[in-house]
Amino acid sequence: MSAPTMVGRREFIRTGAAIGGGLLVSLYAPLPDGSSSALAAEEKGIALNAFVRIGTDESVTVISAHSEMGQGIYTSLPMLLNEELQADWSKIRVEAAPVDKVYNHPVFGMQMTGGSTTSPAEWERYRKMGATARVMLVETAATKWGVEPSTCRVENGSVIHAATNKRATYGSLANAAAQLTPPANVPLKNPKDFTLVGKPTRRLDTPSKTNGSAQFGLDVIVPGMLTAVVARPPVFGGKVAKLDATEALKVPGVKTVQQIPSGVAVIAEHFWPAKLGREKLVIEWDLGPNAGLSTEKMLHDFAETALKPGAIAKKTGDPEAALKTAAKTITAEYDVPYLAHAMMEPLNCVVDLRSDSCEIWTGTQFETVDRANAAQAAALPPDRVQIHTTLLGGGFGRRANPNSDFVVEAVHVAKAAKAPVKVVWTREDDMRGGWYRPMWHDRFVAGLDANGDPIAWTHTIVGQSIMQGTLFEAFAIKDGIDSTSVEGAADVLYGMPNLQVDLHTPKIGVPVQWWRSVGHSHTGFSVEAFFDEVAHAGGKDPYELRRKLLANQPRMKAVLELAAQKANWGSKLPPGVGRGIATHFSFDSYVAQVVEASVEKGEVKVHRVVCAVDCGLVINPDTVRAQMEGGIIFGLTAALKTEITLKDGRVEQSNFHDYQMLRIFESPEIEVHIVPSGGNPTGVGEPGVPPVAPALANAIFAVTGKRVRRLPIRASDLA
Amino acid sequence: MTSFFVNGKQVQVDVDPSTPLLWVLRESLGMTGTKFGCGMALCGACTVHLEGKAIRSCVAPVSRVEGKRVTTIEGLSANLTHPLQRAWIELDVPQCGYCQSGQIMSAAVLLAENPKPTDKDIDDAMGGNICRCGTYSRIRRAIHKAAELVSEGRAK
Repeated sequence: MSAPTMVGRREFIRTGAAIGGGLLVSLYAPLPDGSSSALAAEEKGIALNAFVRIGTDESVTVISAHSEMGQGIYTSLPMLLNEELQADWSKIRVEAAPVDKVYNHPVFGMQMTGGSTTSPAEWERYRKMGATARVMLVETAATKWGVEPSTCRVENGSVIHAATNKRATYGSLANAAAQLTPPANVPLKNPKDFTLVGKPTRRLDTPSKTNGSAQFGLDVIVPGMLTAVVARPPVFGGKVAKLDATEALKVPGVKTVQQIPSGVAVIAEHFWPAKLGREKLVIEWDLGPNAGLSTEKMLHDFAETALKPGAIAKKTGDPEAALKTAAKTITAEYDVPYLAHAMMEPLNCVVDLRSDSCEIWTGTQFETVDRANAAQAAALPPDRVQIHTTLLGGGFGRRANPNSDFVVEAVHVAKAAKAPVKVVWTREDDMRGGWYRPMWHDRFVAGLDANGDPIAWTHTIVGQSIMQGTLFEAFAIKDGIDSTSVEGAADVLYGMPNLQVDLHTPKIGVPVQWWRSVGHSHTGFSVEAFFDEVAHAGGKDPYELRRKLLANQPRMKAVLELAAQKANWGSKLPPGVGRGIATHFSFDSYVAQVVEASVEKGEVKVHRVVCAVDCGLVINPDTVRAQMEGGIIFGLTAALKTEITLKDGRVEQSNFHDYQMLRIFESPEIEVHIVPSGGNPTGVGEPGVPPVAPALANAIFAVTGKRVRRLPIRASDLA
Repeated sequence: MTSFFVNGKQVQVDVDPSTPLLWVLRESLGMTGTKFGCGMALCGACTVHLEGKAIRSCVAPVSRVEGKRVTTIEGLSANLTHPLQRAWIELDVPQCGYCQSGQIMSAAVLLAENPKPTDKDIDDAMGGNICRCGTYSRIRRAIHKAAELVSEGRAK
């Protein structure tokens, strides 16, 4: 057994013609066996288009325009491409795309990963790229053999002409094929003929994630690199008033201490001296206008605000009149807190800033935005900034920051460092760094008729806009309504004859951002938990009432029925165990979940979650299962554990002791059932999150008779 | 100068002795498979073996390992042949993958001490390792699978 190399990872800087034009400088770390597949591929590879490169060694490199943050896209995109290319699957590798407009998101027009949109958006393009490359390879072989291309077929990385018993591998044809003009409008397979798409396929990135070789942003090493940590203001928007770095500079290994726009950077040889140096800084902060912020006060203010009418996001029928005629009305208020994304890999960014170029290595979901913002900070044209997207140790939205906060800051640190530098955020920095899922208050009033059926439903929402002040404002905010604030509420699928959803959008100095499932992360909870209240108020079974009101929503109805059937809805449970159900439509996917839970001395135990999902055509069923499983744990963590609170403008939580994650001993048995469906693929990364908190809340009601109206669930609310 | 063994090889590093082993591995030795997650022994991403026991390298000053044997994820096997690696691959456990070095290193000690762990044993042994992607149910299954692979290997 040969021991791994003990020297630091060697890096190779490669320079070559970039696929999208310009100069591409790339850093490749060798594999633990000492080889460097990416390097070899680049030397031998021939780009047939911007999305696939075929090596003379038969390697096939798929260029991913989207970031891998756990959602499995480094496997799904190659599956789409290879469905048409039909190369040998064992030869497929994946590489992150450089920043170039050719890699822009086909819908959003910028290079990014988010909104559970990659598979839906890339569903055609990657197949087309595979098909285009295949047609070029076939044409090359046919020309060489003097036969008609239509008489050739492809199989497992070879072109075959059966009549003359000729066979040529893709690698042997790639050089000549690259000389051809790519054909326009290649036909694509009918989905019924798929052989790879739809089959459970092992992830290509798993081996590297079991031996330590997977490279995340924090693992990037650039020759001559320094490491920095930044002291940021204790209150959002604060500024340095006075800095004394004398003691910090005495820490061995600390190179320099510099003020930057976001705080004070301590730049050192390594992380540890940088951190020790930061502890020695004496900084007087000008706290600014947010020093009085308090979430406790906000909770009170939001509840007051919700009593007044907000901007109308949706109105059907005449809810006001219907409420007056109702036999019974019920009112309830729901609260959810600010939430941090808490990716396992804290934020980080490596920058090598030169007089005429800026090279960045980071795990980002937002390449185009980051490049523009970094270019501005570096005072360079965007085409002089290159970003190497590494694997992301979790994203959940945080690594798609509208201000590119962690990238721009690192550019400023690099200016101060006058050397390549890695900015490392500690867990505390990351957790207190803002850009949270907003805090929300939801107030509902429903009216029931004499039969107990809902005839009116009004929903007032209070919370900050995540789009306000960003470059997406014009697109996402119409008539004062940020569509992401009301998604999942204004477009509720249940047939309600009289419905109103209105919105208040307070301006508060806490930076907020999208967080896995975005607006659905609060509307999923409040709408589905209140629906349960409405069902019980009318003496209805919450499952049957959902079925009835989904009469015109066959896909959601089917998902609901499947989840209920698999969970044996209505069957007897052991004493002390309750069952709750919820549905939610988000990112064009339909999900229903049934939770079985018990409560003992205020402590909630989740025993089982049954999930049914219709996400259109499935690319990799195992990925869909994994994303539902992960979404459920993510949603349960928010339901049971986490909140960010502020007192005197300061975030009160700092690490995993006071912002606790669900752990293995708290994680339930999860069953995922996929509804066979057609049409284009729809979202998978986020839709598993919203239904689990309400399904749990409804299960808790079933077993305790107590309504859960705020998250995280507190023992005191169940007493 | 601190001297110790990493994956069977002797190494010497010249750092402040209070420096956590994690940063020595990652920065002085360039072995980045061991991850930084919390810096407070709360998440388990930095788990390595010290003389065969799982420790959180983010809070272990390098002085503590003087003369001792440390095993990291890079040293678990030369070519992905460790039963846990095979099980992890077979069940496609990782999502983002960031916590998985620590998960596997914790699981390796569990299996070495308890070749047939129950779900409860797994929950107890793995409770210190957070996975934000929520791969817990697969981790549980993969540890059972690895235990099977070990016993099959012994039976041969």
